[in-house]
Amino acid sequence: MIPEIGHFSLWLALGIALVMGAVPLAGAQSGRADWMALARPLAYALFFCVALAFGCLVSAFVNHDFSVAYVVSNSNTALPLQYRIAGVWGGHEGSLLLWVQMLSLWTVAVALFSRHLPQAVAARILAVMGLVAVGFLLFMLLTSNPFDRLFPAALEGRDLNPLLQDPGMVIHPPMLYMGYVGFSVAFAFAIAALIGGNLDAHWARWTRPWTTVAWMFLTIGIALGSSWAYYELGWGGWWFWDPVENASLMPWLLGTALIHSLAVTEKRNSFKSWTVLLAILAFSFSLLGTFLVRSGVLSSVHAFATDPTRGQFILAFLAVVIGGSFSLYAWRAPDVGIGKRFGLWSKESSLLANNVLLLVAALAVMLGTLYPLVLDALGLGKISVGPPYFDAVFMWLMAPAVFLMGIGPLARWKDAQLPALALRLRWAAGVALLAALLTGWLAGEVRPVSTAGLVMAFWIMGSVATDLWGRMHPQGTDWAHAGARLRQVPRALAGMMLAHLGIAVFCIGVVMVKTYEVESDVKMAVGDTTTVRGYTFRFDGIKELQGPNYVAAQGQMQVSKDGRHVAELRPEKRIYRVQQNPMTEAAIDAGLTRDLYVSMGEAVDGGAWIVRVYVKPFIDWIWGGCLLMALGGLLAVSDRRYRRGQGVAP
Amino acid sequence: MADTRFAGSGWRALVLSALLACAVGAVLANEAAPASADPVLEARVMKLSSELRCLVCQNQTIADSHADLAVDLRRQVREMLQAGQSEQQVIDFMTARYGDFVLYRPPFKPLTALLWVGPVLMVVVGLGTLFVVLRRRSRLTDAAFEVDGADDAPNDPHLS
Amino acid sequence: MRHMRYLVPLGILLVLLYFLRAGLSLNPREVPSPLIGKPAPAFSLARLDQPAVRIAKEDLRGKVWILNVWASWCVACRQEHPLLVAYSKQAQVPIYGLNYKDEPAAGLKWLADFGNPYTASLADRDGRVGIDFGVYGVPETFVIDGKGVIRYKHIGPLTPEVLRDTIDPLLKQLHG
Repeated sequence: MIPEIGHFSLWLALGIALVMGAVPLAGAQSGRADWMALARPLAYALFFCVALAFGCLVSAFVNHDFSVAYVVSNSNTALPLQYRIAGVWGGHEGSLLLWVQMLSLWTVAVALFSRHLPQAVAARILAVMGLVAVGFLLFMLLTSNPFDRLFPAALEGRDLNPLLQDPGMVIHPPMLYMGYVGFSVAFAFAIAALIGGNLDAHWARWTRPWTTVAWMFLTIGIALGSSWAYYELGWGGWWFWDPVENASLMPWLLGTALIHSLAVTEKRNSFKSWTVLLAILAFSFSLLGTFLVRSGVLSSVHAFATDPTRGQFILAFLAVVIGGSFSLYAWRAPDVGIGKRFGLWSKESSLLANNVLLLVAALAVMLGTLYPLVLDALGLGKISVGPPYFDAVFMWLMAPAVFLMGIGPLARWKDAQLPALALRLRWAAGVALLAALLTGWLAGEVRPVSTAGLVMAFWIMGSVATDLWGRMHPQGTDWAHAGARLRQVPRALAGMMLAHLGIAVFCIGVVMVKTYEVESDVKMAVGDTTTVRGYTFRFDGIKELQGPNYVAAQGQMQVSKDGRHVAELRPEKRIYRVQQNPMTEAAIDAGLTRDLYVSMGEAVDGGAWIVRVYVKPFIDWIWGGCLLMALGGLLAVSDRRYRRGQGVAP
Repeated sequence: MADTRFAGSGWRALVLSALLACAVGAVLANEAAPASADPVLEARVMKLSSELRCLVCQNQTIADSHADLAVDLRRQVREMLQAGQSEQQVIDFMTARYGDFVLYRPPFKPLTALLWVGPVLMVVVGLGTLFVVLRRRSRLTDAAFEVDGADDAPNDPHLS
Repeated sequence: MRHMRYLVPLGILLVLLYFLRAGLSLNPREVPSPLIGKPAPAFSLARLDQPAVRIAKEDLRGKVWILNVWASWCVACRQEHPLLVAYSKQAQVPIYGLNYKDEPAAGLKWLADFGNPYTASLADRDGRVGIDFGVYGVPETFVIDGKGVIRYKHIGPLTPEVLRDTIDPLLKQLHG
């Protein structure tokens, strides 16, 4: 009964979304207030229906309803409750429902927080979001129904993929989808503005907080995915440039560019069509990601069960949404004015240069991801494009962007006054170089590439410090009111500084772990020790364990440094009973300046085991940096001036 | 050393056996042997293997994969490096049998020129276009632009 | 004309959509062989059923032959095996098996249980000859001509369509 209710709710939601997509839009075109006024109630109704459907699927999982095919393929009676809930989005159909759920959530948020917008604008925005919902609901109902029944019902489920039975799994997709789907808001704002012809600085101001929040979620989602891969997959890596990972990075890069571009449009009412294009692109890359992951076009470890019919549907959807948007853009954008004047060398131009670099980075990632497909489609053979390519290209593209990150915030609007700027930044430059060299020396070896990376990171820090210094203690003032001046820094600017610092922290983490990571592959009998970077690891044998749905051989490792006990690590080799795959659970002792990482290899004769021991310096700074970025975004959005929400003259 | 009294010999025995246990323990607590016979060679094998794609699982390097073929190919790499062959020779060996698909670092050839040159080209074109557009704008008269009101709208969070 | 530049995104999208559409009918996991049209690798392996006897590449010169890579642990091989057995009875082409990374005893038992379409099977216990042939999955099937050049490789279980539409015409062409 419950799956039927869920299924029916989805059809109802489709109907509501269709009305929501058509009527308010027509109302905005023709000026009919009653039609436009339908948008908000329809948004709430849509949310209600989707939430009901989602609840039904959750209930099917929690109650082991093995008459639902999707539950059978993603659950099991022995599966603990939290993973039964997470299993709702563990496969293709359910994750689509999660997508639509997030979309309806964002739509409700827009409905609630758009009272300050002109009615026509709000109506158009909600209508566009309704149309996106139509696409996804149709896709689900026609090709990927999570409520399909199985006759006769199965006695037992095939279990959730053990890799996904993890706390990170519970939270990573929702965060990620909040981000992907959140860009649909900026997209809807852009389309609404193009249709209505009211593309101006107001529009930029309204769009920005929505974009920042979506970006925040995406940042957290990607960071969670990366850190989960690190501690769950047992190979110690945290980014593989897998097509699905790339599919999440591309919208992120574009979202970052969009946030910066919105600043220019807000300030100078210029480059509006460029900003609108970025808003369309960010969501387009979200949609492209959906296609890449679910169509079987690319081989990926993350890809859902694939099916060419589904691929065709999404492709058609992409063509309609993105093609329609680009057509609208080509038609309306030329009429947009060039806004106010600013200099060739100014904060505005540095923001635009940042945009170019970020867009090129996203396009380069797309190039690398799709190149094998292009060659294959042209009959020119098969190649692979992997980490060696992406690492090289991405690093070289990001270096100038990071360099610019140190300059842009300090440049003045309209006219950067380069000589004065360079003078102001000389300390930051000098300190950056020294700090980088010192860090390398302390770590044991100064190397050119890592030093360059560290210089970039410290350069950002120095720039932020210079910025803060200038605000606390401007020329010609004393220290008496420095504290007060500091508190007066608007939250939006503080958020920017924090986010930039997050990037610096991230860079330090990446450089340090890539350059100074040490690995030791050893054969350990009971009582054997191995010493890596001053840490002594002692193997005390194996304990046999029974988990809720697996059996494990758990290694007992004691770690000490300089005679002092540091940690006890218990890496495991698990066999999940249902799917019978062996899995390695690495044991990690996380620390501020290093991670100790141990994973079990195979058992060898004589009760010994092959063990892999790593000391990874500063690796947690990678995700710490992402967290700082997200917090920076949060801080920026919490600025009082957004919450007042009135449209203010630019 | 004076001969200990009978009363103290129990204590001495205890100390002696404790010392003996430590000694035995120290001997037993070995420094673990490296998993491979030649760690330097192994490091080279792993580094090269991390650039080769596992054809079975296809989304892992042969360094990380547990598939039989990956183990066999790692063995092949190890033997070739041990025999003194160069890294390029190993790569040629693999591509002769499996094609360029097995390389995670796409070789630079006419077919992949666009791949490798593309990003650089895009940056140059992108930044170049931006420069040209901005410079052209800077040459326009003030009349072409909107009038700039108060430079800082005080209510605007990001304008400072 | 200034407005043309606004059509660039649409233009790029159309090109992209074309390739994505093409991608839907491709198999990203299939690895084509670079050995098509090149001489088969040299090999010399013991016969599975008579370990004292060795068969080398030179022994098969002068005739067109099929090499089928199989193993007793391979589930998909069972799928194609009846087809292969039937084919071996009516085709004029000798089929040689490459028993890949298998225990000879297990391999012989498998042939006894499911039928033996092979003129002879070669024991490639450590998989080295397989690597030389670019084998990455089992089963795989090669067509090799009289000069020892690999003319065709099929990845995965053989199907009647492949035999009828690709291999038979090729064999006819090579013999004719």
